[in-house]
Formats: sequence, structure tokens, C-alpha cells
Amino acid sequence: MSKIKYILGSFADPDELMDGIDKLQANNISIYDCFTPMPIHGIEAKLGVRPSRLPIAAFCFGLLGGTLGFCLLYYTMTYDWPMNIGGKPALPLPNFVPVTFECTILITALGMVATFFYRNHLFPGRAPRVMDLRATDDRFIIAIDANDNADHERIESLLKEAGAVEVKYNERKYVSYE
Amino acid sequence: MSSHNESILREPLVTGKDITYAKVTDDILLPVENKPNKAWWIGFILAALGALLWVVSVGYTFWTGIGAWGLNKTVGWAWDITDFVWWVGIGHAGTLISAVLLLFRQNWRNSINRSAEAMTIFAVICAATYVVAHMGRPWLAYWIFPLPNQFGSLWVNFNSPLVWDAFAISTYFTVSLVFWYCGLLPDIASVRDRAAGLKRRIYSILSFGWNGSVKTWQRFEIVSLILAGISTPLVLSVHTIVSFDFATSVIPGWHTTIFPPYFVAGAIFSGFAMVQTLLLVMRKVLNFENYITMFHIESMNKIIMVTGSIVGIAYLTELFIAWYSGSEYEMYAFANRIAGPYWWAYWTMMTCNVISPQLFWFKKIRTSIPISWVLSIVVNIGMWFERFVIIVTSLHRDYIPSSWAMFYPTWVDVGIFVGSIGLFFTLFLLFLRFLPGIAVAEVKLLLKSASLQQKTKLVQEGHQDPEQVEFFRNSLTKYDSVTEQDIKALETK
Repeated sequence: MSKIKYILGSFADPDELMDGIDKLQANNISIYDCFTPMPIHGIEAKLGVRPSRLPIAAFCFGLLGGTLGFCLLYYTMTYDWPMNIGGKPALPLPNFVPVTFECTILITALGMVATFFYRNHLFPGRAPRVMDLRATDDRFIIAIDANDNADHERIESLLKEAGAVEVKYNERKYVSYE
Repeated sequence: MSSHNESILREPLVTGKDITYAKVTDDILLPVENKPNKAWWIGFILAALGALLWVVSVGYTFWTGIGAWGLNKTVGWAWDITDFVWWVGIGHAGTLISAVLLLFRQNWRNSINRSAEAMTIFAVICAATYVVAHMGRPWLAYWIFPLPNQFGSLWVNFNSPLVWDAFAISTYFTVSLVFWYCGLLPDIASVRDRAAGLKRRIYSILSFGWNGSVKTWQRFEIVSLILAGISTPLVLSVHTIVSFDFATSVIPGWHTTIFPPYFVAGAIFSGFAMVQTLLLVMRKVLNFENYITMFHIESMNKIIMVTGSIVGIAYLTELFIAWYSGSEYEMYAFANRIAGPYWWAYWTMMTCNVISPQLFWFKKIRTSIPISWVLSIVVNIGMWFERFVIIVTSLHRDYIPSSWAMFYPTWVDVGIFVGSIGLFFTLFLLFLRFLPGIAVAEVKLLLKSASLQQKTKLVQEGHQDPEQVEFFRNSLTKYDSVTEQDIKALETK
């Protein structure tokens, strides 16, 4: 039994998965993670996953983008080489709005997505760490660390009770390296 | 919870029997996982020939300079800018569907957003080529950006709307691409986990290692929401700035403050028409009738009707203001549009853009697939003429009558335009072949709330107001993907 690393409860329905989480938690069985083919609303609260701080990151990138955009315009148009173009002022603030705005949006989008990719270790060519290949298709998976939770039979019966179609005992953490 | 019961008064967004999560994946990935059918090959060969024409025409332009076009010293902007604005406008519907409809929580966007966003990206690629081609010396295209240079540094003129446009279009393209690709990640992962061999390795690289864990999905949803939030003002700003290219000049017919909202409405109008043109064919050829339903078609037709009416009001306002301004040049510019040598372009525009979308007031027309398809093309023709009318008829009669001229396109003008349509369809067909044309994960979200199957179950369980059931049954009659059996199933109990 010690060779088993993870126990996977495979559900065909998201509501049964939620039920499974409730049942496991009521029995003090810790859940490693869940893998689903679509976002399940409310699952974070159940698993105690804290709200994402990405909006804060996005806001900071927005401030950075706006500042950089304005600095670019100020430096080029007003400081470095002010030019008399049709008698227009060297600091034409209304004319600065479009480019400052576009820079804000661009840096917000790129910065936020880069943060998302960095925090979730997403990048081109990364080996996918998948525990069950059907988790991106039609199965909703609850993964339980087999070493932390000793009573495997109880876990299986709880999962089955909640409606799991299949319970797997994986000796490897990820199946996708094969 | 993923399965709150949605009111049966809302029309179903997914139809069909025995729809399971597995079936959604199978249906949508069918064109990606199998060899393309004959219809795809015919379309692809035709489109690729068009793209070839584009390469030849653009290559010829680069080789000889823009003297290859029919421009003259009076009409210095013609088909190139017309086509540019047309393509950028078409792109706008994709962002509108993916961003604005997400903010308004319109679930019907889930099955059309992916292809509409792809359309945005390809349309902006087509548009950008005109900008580069019109520069005359495309190898110096980077001069539009404020890069340090050897002229001491002589910076770009940030008072110019053309520079704003370069920033707006490149930001728009980048953000749209990022938004589209982020949304694609879970679906590419679905392809990856079902594939084998080389295909699996390629999709593995493209999937960025997506695994669908709780935290990934949570961040994914936040990222989508914020990208939607910032794309919404972005898309409005892009066509506003495109309209500034004209509105900030002092040419009668261009120098109007109505241009920004008028251009934005026109952009959404033409974009939805293009989405309609593409999706009506796509749903038929790829058998997506259960996912892109009559409800989607009707909703898009309603948007076309609303934005078409806004455009119509803008045309009339322009005429009124031209008269009310008391400026004789302004008045002449509009009199010349209506009854000058380009009267046929003006009236084509008026017929296609103002009158034809009004037909969508009739439910029969709104829910007829062939008529919708034809009208969507009519609208796109009309919107091309709108840009042609604004650009060429405002220029061709200058302040000095001795320099009045007409514009005649050369084969290169025509070649670039027809070719760009070919390029667009080539890219779109390649997209349908290699990437899921519908957002698989997002459609799965609808399965337990907004599918016909779920609603039928609700009705069969009883507890529904008979009047509402009657209403629901009547609303299903327009669906081409709902059989009489499906409707009959609602009558039990």
C-alpha cells in the first residue's frame, strides 16, 4: 500500500464532486487538489482556497503603464525636443490622453497575464502535470494524498457514496510523463 | 454551484438529446481530431488562391511603390484606407462578444466567443497590412514608433491621430491575442489529453502545461474578467481613434464631432454581420447546430438591427448638421455625396446599412437562416461603401474646382482587397482545422443550467407554471435543431 501516492475520485457530475468534498471534509480527510474540465463556482470557498490577488497585480500594472505612457510623452514631446507644430503647446495634455490610455491597457493586460502564467507555472513547452487524462474531458477529479490519509478503504467508500464513478490508486503523481 | 436551475422562460442555449460532457468534447473537437472534409478543402483552396493574389498585389505594391494604386493628387486616400477601416471595424464584434457580453453576463456568448475572437485577430492582421503598405517604404514602418534614432533623437509627433492609431491598433491586436490565447489554453489541453504521438507533443507545448486545478481555474476566471473589463474601453477607444484620423482634419465631410460614436456603432454593426456570415456556414459544415442555435442567430440579428439603426440616425444627423452649420463647404460636401458623381455609392450605403437591417423587425426574417446570411453580406457591402463614401467623396472635389478628380482603382487595388478577404478566410479555416472553434470549457458550463435537456427535465418534474411551460414550448418552434419529439416531450404531465 505504501507505493500508492494519490487516491483519485473520478466523478461524472460537478454536483457530486461538491458532495464528495463535503463528505471527505466532514471526515477530516484533507484534499490535495481538484481537477475539472471547467471552472466550478464555489469550489474555492469549500476548499479554503483564498481569493486571487491578481486584481491587485493588475491595478499595479495599470498604474505602471499609465505612468510609463505619460513619461514617454512628457519626455519626448516636452522635455527632450519640444517642437512648434502648428503653434501647439509643448505640453498638450488632451493630446496625451489616447496614447497614455493605450499604454495603461497594454501594460495591465500583459503584466496581469504574465503574473498569472508565472504563478501557475504556465509556459510553452511545460510538461503538463496531469493526474487523470480525462480531467480535461468529462471527469471531475478529487485528488487525495495517500500518505497523509491512511484509511484508504474509508476514502473509497466515501467517494463512492458521493457518486464517484471510479476510484483510482495512482503510484505516480502525474500520469502525463509516459 | 454549477447547477442552479435557470428559469424555463429563458430559451435554451444548448439543444440536442443526451448531451453529456463527453459529447460536448467529442462534438466540438471533431474537426480538430479528424481529417478535414471536402467542404473545408474547397473553401481552403479558394481562400488560399485569394491569399496568393494578396501576396502578388502587396508584393507588386512594395516593388513599384504606391503609384501602383489608382490614387491621384486630389484623392490621396482611397481603397487602402477604406479597406483598413472596414477590417478594423469587422474586428470589433469579436471583442464585443468576448468582453462586453461577458461583463453583462450574457451566457450565449460562450459558444460564439472563440470564433468571433479569432475573427478579430485575423481582421486586424488584414487591416494592419494596409497601414504598412500605404507607408510607401514599408521597411521603415518602425518609424511610427518612438524609438531612439540617429536624427538626434527626433521623436514621433504625438499630436497626430495617425500615431495614436498605431498605438491603438497594436495594443488592440496584442490584448485581443492574449485574451484569445488565454481562453484557448483549457481547450488545447483537452485536445492534448486525447491525442497521441506527435500531435500530443505539439498540443502539449501549446497548452502551456494546463492542468485544470482549482487555483488555475480561479485565476483563469479572474484574468478573463479583468481582460474583459479593460478590453471594453479599449475596443471603444480603437475605433474612436480610427475616426480621429478623419475627424481631427479640416476636410468638409470629415471634420465632425459625431464621428467617434458613429464609427464605433458602425464597427459593431459590420462586425456582427461578419460573425453571422461565418457562423451560419460554420455551424452547418461542422455540425455545430446544437451549440450555435437559433437563439444565437436571432440575438445577433437583433444587435445588427440596433446598431444599424444607430448608424442610420448618425447618417441623418450628419445631413442635418451639415445644413444647420450654415457652412457652405460642409453643405456642398453632403450635397455632392447625395447627388454628385458618386451618388450610387451613397445610395448603396443608405440602402444596405439603413434600410436592409430594418427587415429584422420581422421575426420570420430574423429567424430565417438563408435571409440572415444574405443580409449579413449586404450589411458588409454597405459598410464598405460607407467608408468609401466618407473617404473618397469628401476628397475628390477639392476647394479648387480645377483639381477635382475621380478615383479609379487599378488591378492592384482590387487585388489587395479581394486578396485580403482570401487571407482572412485562409487564416480562419486554418484556425477551425487546428483549434477548437467553440470554447469547450465554457459550453460545458451551460450544460446543467441552460441546456434544453436540463429544462425538459425541469418541466417533466412538474412544479412549473403551465403558462410558462406553454411559453417555453412556443419559443422552441423557431429552433432548427429542436425536433418535434423534443417539443412533445414537454407535454407529458
